[in-house]
Amino acid sequence: MLLVPCPWCGPREAIEFRYGGQAGIAYPDDAEALSDEAWADFLFMRDNPKGAFAERWYHVAGCRRWFDAVRDTVTHAFLPPDRPGRPRR
Amino acid sequence: MTSGRLADGGAWIDRSKPVGFTFDGAELGGVEGDTLASALLANGVVGGFRSPILGRPRGIYAAGVEEPNAYTEISAPWFDPIAAATTVPLVDGLVARSRAGVGRLPADPGSVTSPGVRHRFAHVEVLVIGGGASGRAAARAASGDGGRVLLVDEHTVLDDPPTVHDVTVRSGATALGVYDNGYAVVLERSRGVSGTRTVTFTDERHQIPLPPTEDILWHVRAGRVVLATGAIERPIALAGNDLPGVMLAGAAETYVERYGVRPGERAAVFAANDLGLGVADVLREAGVDVARIVDARSGELVIEASGGERLERILVRTTDGREEAFDVDLLAVSGGWNPNLGLWRSIGGGLRYDDERATFVPDGGPPWLSVEGSAAGHVPASTPIWVVEYGDDAAKFVDLQRDQTVADIAEALGGGLRSVEHVKRATYIGTAVDQGRTSGVIAAEIVSQLLGEAAGAQGPSNARPPYAPASYLALAGPTRGDLLDPIRTTPMHPWHVAHGAGFENVGQWKRPWYFPRDAEPMERSVERECLAVRNAVGAIDASTLGKIEVVGADAPAFLDRMYTNRMSNLAVGSIRYGLMLGLDGMVLDDGVAMRLAEHRYLVTTTTGGAALILDRFEEWLQAEWPELRVFCTSVTEQWAVIAINGPRAREVVSATGTDVDLSRSAFPFMTFRDGHVAGVPARLARVSFSGELAYELHVPAWHGLDLWEAVMAAGEPFGIEPYGTEAMHVLRAEKGYVLVGQDTDGSVTPHDLGMDWIVNLAKGDFVGRRSLRRSDIVRPDRKHLVGLFPVDPEALVPEGAQLVLEDTGEIPMPLAGHVTSSYRSPALGRTFALAMLAGGHELHGRTVYVPLPEATVPCTVTSSVSYDPDGERRDG
Repeated sequence: MLLVPCPWCGPREAIEFRYGGQAGIAYPDDAEALSDEAWADFLFMRDNPKGAFAERWYHVAGCRRWFDAVRDTVTHAFLPPDRPGRPRR
Repeated sequence: MTSGRLADGGAWIDRSKPVGFTFDGAELGGVEGDTLASALLANGVVGGFRSPILGRPRGIYAAGVEEPNAYTEISAPWFDPIAAATTVPLVDGLVARSRAGVGRLPADPGSVTSPGVRHRFAHVEVLVIGGGASGRAAARAASGDGGRVLLVDEHTVLDDPPTVHDVTVRSGATALGVYDNGYAVVLERSRGVSGTRTVTFTDERHQIPLPPTEDILWHVRAGRVVLATGAIERPIALAGNDLPGVMLAGAAETYVERYGVRPGERAAVFAANDLGLGVADVLREAGVDVARIVDARSGELVIEASGGERLERILVRTTDGREEAFDVDLLAVSGGWNPNLGLWRSIGGGLRYDDERATFVPDGGPPWLSVEGSAAGHVPASTPIWVVEYGDDAAKFVDLQRDQTVADIAEALGGGLRSVEHVKRATYIGTAVDQGRTSGVIAAEIVSQLLGEAAGAQGPSNARPPYAPASYLALAGPTRGDLLDPIRTTPMHPWHVAHGAGFENVGQWKRPWYFPRDAEPMERSVERECLAVRNAVGAIDASTLGKIEVVGADAPAFLDRMYTNRMSNLAVGSIRYGLMLGLDGMVLDDGVAMRLAEHRYLVTTTTGGAALILDRFEEWLQAEWPELRVFCTSVTEQWAVIAINGPRAREVVSATGTDVDLSRSAFPFMTFRDGHVAGVPARLARVSFSGELAYELHVPAWHGLDLWEAVMAAGEPFGIEPYGTEAMHVLRAEKGYVLVGQDTDGSVTPHDLGMDWIVNLAKGDFVGRRSLRRSDIVRPDRKHLVGLFPVDPEALVPEGAQLVLEDTGEIPMPLAGHVTSSYRSPALGRTFALAMLAGGHELHGRTVYVPLPEATVPCTVTSSVSYDPDGERRDG
């Protein structure tokens, strides 16, 4: 089972977390101004890289904080964590 | 007698401690330290097993977990439907019978005894799997670094165990799996292990006493994992190689040296490496007549093994092409040694083909995982020989437990398969209980050879945990029955139990489903409860409603973004119903918001959606809008809620005793008041999920039971009935109130529900708003919520049934929708349903059909509101 590096609690078992998908996809400032295509792109399209991937995680059974982490999708290794609102790129 | 106990020797057995056991009905004897297999050999039992598919005679073939033939059912002193005799420690009173590789569960599970299982957790710096020389050396090397070291080994006996204080040794402990970041699951069996069972990790103060007769499933988290899992000998595919008496050379040696057992009387050795050929010396010393040593490296071959119920003769082909026959009862075979890398591969370790050893060795893996000893590739050099070219391919067995031969592989390749993984799935080679431990590498190499590829071109098929068979009972451990999942009950639960309620599970909650009276059927209870609410008064325990306090200066603005309608202009003291959407515009949850103060709201969610909605609030607040000053707190369990519904609800609350003015003008619909009920501080809310006059009483949870009893007592003169979730569902459906998750399924918009009135496009952005303009969402032929009246008022259509527009009777027929809710309505005196119907908003009045296997039920499409459409009853 993965150890997920919570920036607040340290490494904890993956069952304590909820996965939040790709990080760094901000809610549009003016959603109404987006074309159907641009909105669909925001809504549905996500990267699926082989290698480093910035993800949102939620320590739901712990400190209940959302944070971003970068994980290698091949080795499952996490890069050092960062704080919410400052996603690592 | 061909095999038998030697006069002396046997490092792992204690001859002074006899053990009695039963095999296939015969009472036999062994000694402590024996496995069932070694004890059988000691009694002259080599064969007696059958292959699972072809029913061929089979015998003990190996000495460990790789055994493909000698499978047994254990019925005493514990029950195990299928176990390799080579892995069963012999204990007094053991009762076993041979099984052809397929276990059978008892008809009555209560009739068998299974060992209890505890789960324990261990955190160590180093976990060493395998207690052979390399594993013990690795444990000793890791010792002294100030960390905890755990050494586990599957055998019940461990030679020369480390005795340093920081190394904890568990024998009889099989590592079932190794997972990410040094997590391992280890099953420690109690049977066959003597001595005290106390585990100490480094420090005397941290002793873990283990129950003596229960198995332990260890969850180990290790900083570093060392695999010292040894090597497994591989056979050579030759005609007749599945006869009892054909045995892996290393196994023959193990039986002599560890168990003091002679596996045969007159033997031949057929090997492609020094270690295998050396077994001849071991056998001679044990008094076995070694008739012939066949060195495959020189080109000599055993080209056939033959016999009836067991091996009687082999045919040797010499380097100059002569054929010689030898009468033997044991053929010890060694094609070479394969590092035992099942655990290694299951966590992503790579492999490389090693020409000198003619096998696959580890190559590249996670940084926290290392391999030592034979598992690391330190195995004897061997000449590659997978299959003997002479003789009948259909008699050359590759996977003994799946009864698959070289001919079967050739057939799979003849069908066009080119990958060993495909051949595995076509032939099932490697998929049996033994996980292809003896067959994997030779199957891969035979595939490569038949395809004309280089040795090692494909590699063996992958391995997955568990490494060895483990019962679900062991994996489940204590998480069974009442401990399977948390059970949540409301403060009023004891009253419901005492009054005979039937319960339904709503998430983890137990909710009263109906309250039967005098053993009446459920349908009758629900009818009675519904009529009480419509004609007099009923009370339901609504404590499970999700409740979240949303507090802060930006709480009004935040809720405006979360709900489709406006919550910021809600007056303090008022209540508004709200709908929440996903970003995709689909209905996610519903509930009410009560404005407690300018910057304080209490919002309710569906019972099942409480945790989800709180998490969602947190995600938006933390990850998208950290500038908003809002705090969310779950108060679901802090408040008990009693909903009193019915024309006499006002009289019941009044009779219960309250300081709140209940009059229509002072306390209008969709407002709440703080005060007291029955002397208890309470929040009274005028919301209704039945359409009747209704009061929700919110009280601190510890007053819930008292208040419930007070309400029931005060309500008695008014005919109050407790009602459950089923009556609640009927009542809400009569009013067309949707149940999120029953009438909706994540593909339903507010418009689909006919709820455009709750979508406020003037207030600014809210979650899901932009999606409501997507082309797919404004399609006119989307499914819409409608009511259905079966033309026959007694016909009850099943929930989930499909709708069609024309009763053609021809299959297939174009489907137009489906039934989401269906009930008998006591108030309407007929059955009715809610349904999602394509273009349904435009189809009111038309007939649709529910095709069922027994009959087609015609229904009239109506509005989703069947009862009191003008809402005349809500004020009493």
